[in-house]
Amino acid sequence: MNTPQTRRSFLGKLWFLLGGVALAEAFWLAGDFLRPRNRRTRRGTPSSIIVAGPVERFETGTVTAFREGKFYLARLDDGGFLALHRECTHLGCTVPWRQDEGRFVCPCHASSFDIHGDVLSAPAPRPLDLFSVRIENGIVKVDTTSPLKRNVFDASQVARP
Amino acid sequence: MAGIVTRIWRSIFTRPIKVEGERDQRRAVREWLALHARPVRVRESTLPFTHTFGLGGMSMVLVILLMATGVLLMLAYEPTPATAYRSIEALQQDYLFGGLVRNVHHWSANLLVAVALLHMLRTLVTGGFHGLRRFNWVIGLSLLAGILAANFSGYLLPWDQLSYWAVTICTGMLGYIPLAGPWLQGLMRSGQEIGASTLVMYYAFHTTVIPVTVLVFMAFHFWRVRKAGGVVDPVPPDPDSDAQPGYVSTLPNLLMRELAVGLALVAAVLVFSVLVEAPLAGPANPGMSPNPAKAPWYFLGFQELQLHFDPLFSILIVPILGAVFFLAIPYIRYAPELSGPWFLSPTGRKTAAIAAIAGAVATTAMVLVDELWLHSISDSVAPVLLRGLLPLAIICAGIAGFRFYLVRRHSPAGAEQVQAMAVLLLSCLVTLTIIGVWFRGAGMALVWPWQI
Ligand code: FES
Repeated sequence: MNTPQTRRSFLGKLWFLLGGVALAEAFWLAGDFLRPRNRRTRRGTPSSIIVAGPVERFETGTVTAFREGKFYLARLDDGGFLALHRECTHLGCTVPWRQDEGRFVCPCHASSFDIHGDVLSAPAPRPLDLFSVRIENGIVKVDTTSPLKRNVFDASQVARP
Repeated sequence: MAGIVTRIWRSIFTRPIKVEGERDQRRAVREWLALHARPVRVRESTLPFTHTFGLGGMSMVLVILLMATGVLLMLAYEPTPATAYRSIEALQQDYLFGGLVRNVHHWSANLLVAVALLHMLRTLVTGGFHGLRRFNWVIGLSLLAGILAANFSGYLLPWDQLSYWAVTICTGMLGYIPLAGPWLQGLMRSGQEIGASTLVMYYAFHTTVIPVTVLVFMAFHFWRVRKAGGVVDPVPPDPDSDAQPGYVSTLPNLLMRELAVGLALVAAVLVFSVLVEAPLAGPANPGMSPNPAKAPWYFLGFQELQLHFDPLFSILIVPILGAVFFLAIPYIRYAPELSGPWFLSPTGRKTAAIAAIAGAVATTAMVLVDELWLHSISDSVAPVLLRGLLPLAIICAGIAGFRFYLVRRHSPAGAEQVQAMAVLLLSCLVTLTIIGVWFRGAGMALVWPWQI
């Protein structure tokens, strides 16, 4: 059975296999180099938490922009807080707050959102993403590690002092 | 002394440089490396400029211009968010003709997209995808994809408001692809959002992998043309007649024409680049989106589609259907396999013209109807159905009906039908792009071009 013929074909197959393994390794390597790396710090570490300030500083019905954290801190009429990611959920433009109209209007394709981040007009498919807000000893803190997706606004998302 | 110089010279150029008489010319083509990619003789009937408009050769000239200017730009450019924009400003101020070099690179890149598309159109309507050329059509489409990838990756590099937001929007579209979307978006942005790692990745690909791939595919493309016996013959030899097709030697007949076209093109690009500056907006500001924020022009047709279809359809299904159709063109069975003169025949010319007009008119009409009427009634009602399946079904039915009409009315051959369908789709794409470029103003509302 062990003729040179079969041995040769076995070795040939082995070469093929080795070549395949080498190729897979090369792809694995390239894949890892291309893998997005989260350069931001991990959840809960001090630098990802932004101290917004004492509760009294924010009047009800206003929206304050935080540039470094890339979010808006909205104080609702009932005194609750929401931290809204400033990225439009349509294609990712930055939405400015219009105090006179009382809503966010995206410059790119004219989506608009109310103070809760809820969609007032399409094409945006879902409300603005949220960052979690904690209020400790009357100080508002926002964890900007990663934005939370949601489908509608509901009262449980609001942080109250 | 003179002896050694001659010996070195002879060792490099094994044949005399001076070409005299037809035999020398043929030998030169056969034995010079640079000319080896060409056949020794070509059909005389393929020579007229209006048969190919030299579009393939023009693409190659533009690629050479891009590589030359690209290397110069690499010497001045710094791929980090903090320095990229400033390095472009420095390039324009402190380097000899730095601005001009950037302009040539910018305009050649944009022109290359247009020329490559026209080249594809020319190949399509002269039937240059049968038999031996079948796979070369696929290589050509891959080259088009490579050119688009090069353009898009280069678009980010100036790191100005235009590039930052265009790339944000285009990668934002990827997020809508079901299942793989978020992963793909992360890959294309190299992270959650566009930043330092995105810029480095785009720079690396733009300057290495993409151009090298394009070069390799170009060589492959040319070689296949050579193997197929040069470009399609506009006057295919008549099997019934004894008349021998007329051949002439490549040097000087073809090469001198190509040289003339190439030089004229370089001159045109230079003059244009002297007169028109490449756009450069303010430095990228992630906190403020410009209004409107548009993709680069070659993707604006897709962005326009976005405004009318559910994302699943505009980003995935419609582009895939289009790509499959264009890839399938050479693999459809044709009887007979028509090729040669532009639009194949008088019937082909008529049907193609009708298709082009129909595509433009129907697209404009659909955009207007959707924008002015449907938008107001269809908000938030089952988007996949109302803004996806239903319009797609209507459009497919419309295309089928149009084809039925053509067959009934003008009885085109199979090749002419496929040609008409391809022209129809291209006309739709061009119309969408024109609307996106010139008729979309603030908030992507429909406006007149002079109101933008
Ligand atoms: S990105 Fe905001 S509406 Fe399109």
